[in-house]
Amino acid sequence: MKELLKYTLQLADNALILGHRISEWCGHGPVLEQDIALTNTALDHLGQARSFYQYAAEQFNALPVSEKEHFFTSSAIQSIIKDGKQVDEDDLAYLRDGWDFRNTLLVEQPNKDWAYTIIRSFFYDVFNFFFYTELQKSTDVTLSAIAEKSLKEVTYHLRWSSEWVIRLGDGTDESAQRINEAIANRWQFTGELLTMSEAEKAVATSGIGVDLEKIKTLWKERVAAVFAEANLDVPANGWMHQGGKEGKHSEHLGYILAELQFVQRAYPNMQW
Amino acid sequence: MSTQAENNYQNEWPLWEVFIRSKTGLDHKHAGSLHAADAQMAMENARDVYTRRMEGVSIWVVESKNIHASDPHESDSMYEPATDKIYRHPTFYDLPDELTHM
Repeated sequence: MKELLKYTLQLADNALILGHRISEWCGHGPVLEQDIALTNTALDHLGQARSFYQYAAEQFNALPVSEKEHFFTSSAIQSIIKDGKQVDEDDLAYLRDGWDFRNTLLVEQPNKDWAYTIIRSFFYDVFNFFFYTELQKSTDVTLSAIAEKSLKEVTYHLRWSSEWVIRLGDGTDESAQRINEAIANRWQFTGELLTMSEAEKAVATSGIGVDLEKIKTLWKERVAAVFAEANLDVPANGWMHQGGKEGKHSEHLGYILAELQFVQRAYPNMQW
Repeated sequence: MSTQAENNYQNEWPLWEVFIRSKTGLDHKHAGSLHAADAQMAMENARDVYTRRMEGVSIWVVESKNIHASDPHESDSMYEPATDKIYRHPTFYDLPDELTHM
């Protein structure tokens, strides 16, 4: 089913891009301990991405040739398909161009500073926690197994980012000012997390995917509870960016992919 | 006099000592130290720095300033007197063969 493949790619892309963003802190963390904490988290996301990409590759390879040809438009992956070869997890990560990526706009936003990094992770971790909790019930055994394994990691991610939101919000004048600025600038990307794409609607109806309506309230309540403890105000709903799930991205994704894909594009099939 | 180095030191998070109990171990062993702003952060940092390779199933953290250490200069009077008192070791008993783990 093509909708399931789109859905699997969306989950994989979210994990890969957020993991990559967080990994940019490697060697730049404010203190050694947080540097390691972020690197661990980045690798958790990368591990989840691999599970989803492997499943996506399996689904893609099972498509009839006529559908394979039109599924992606990136030329590098098209040439593999034309050669009649199977794609694998690495091809999906390294050979697709930005418009074939389905991640939400939130995860591709730059780290900027510690507060921006924390708030991006926090908004996503709250979503991811409730999302995986629901995805465990999926009728698709692969998705439910990945969700069950990942939930343990995500539970810790949420604990870590929640405590940092509280520490910054309820910390010094400067930390409160910085986290408030980060919230004001990143809030507009939270709406997309909970707005269902066509692929999400299709797989939710069949019991494979998560009905995001179910977790919308849980997300809002958890964000409000942590913000209350952090002396932060939850912004009014306002206008929200959309498009990432359909392949319409901010300029940032191109720069991420340029760095992430460069080696495989310049030296195809190169191995360490 | 407040030097730059001193200010940096004062701005640093306090030091904590980390003790980890491994899956098969019965006691917590000193694993190392780290910096953290509070106990909660120390616990998380310990998890991230010292248990990422499956080293442990339980963590203790204690602020380093709360540990009182013996003075190395007093080693002679503290530990030397024990060296010639082998009768303090329970090695002079005949144990039955059935008794293990001794």
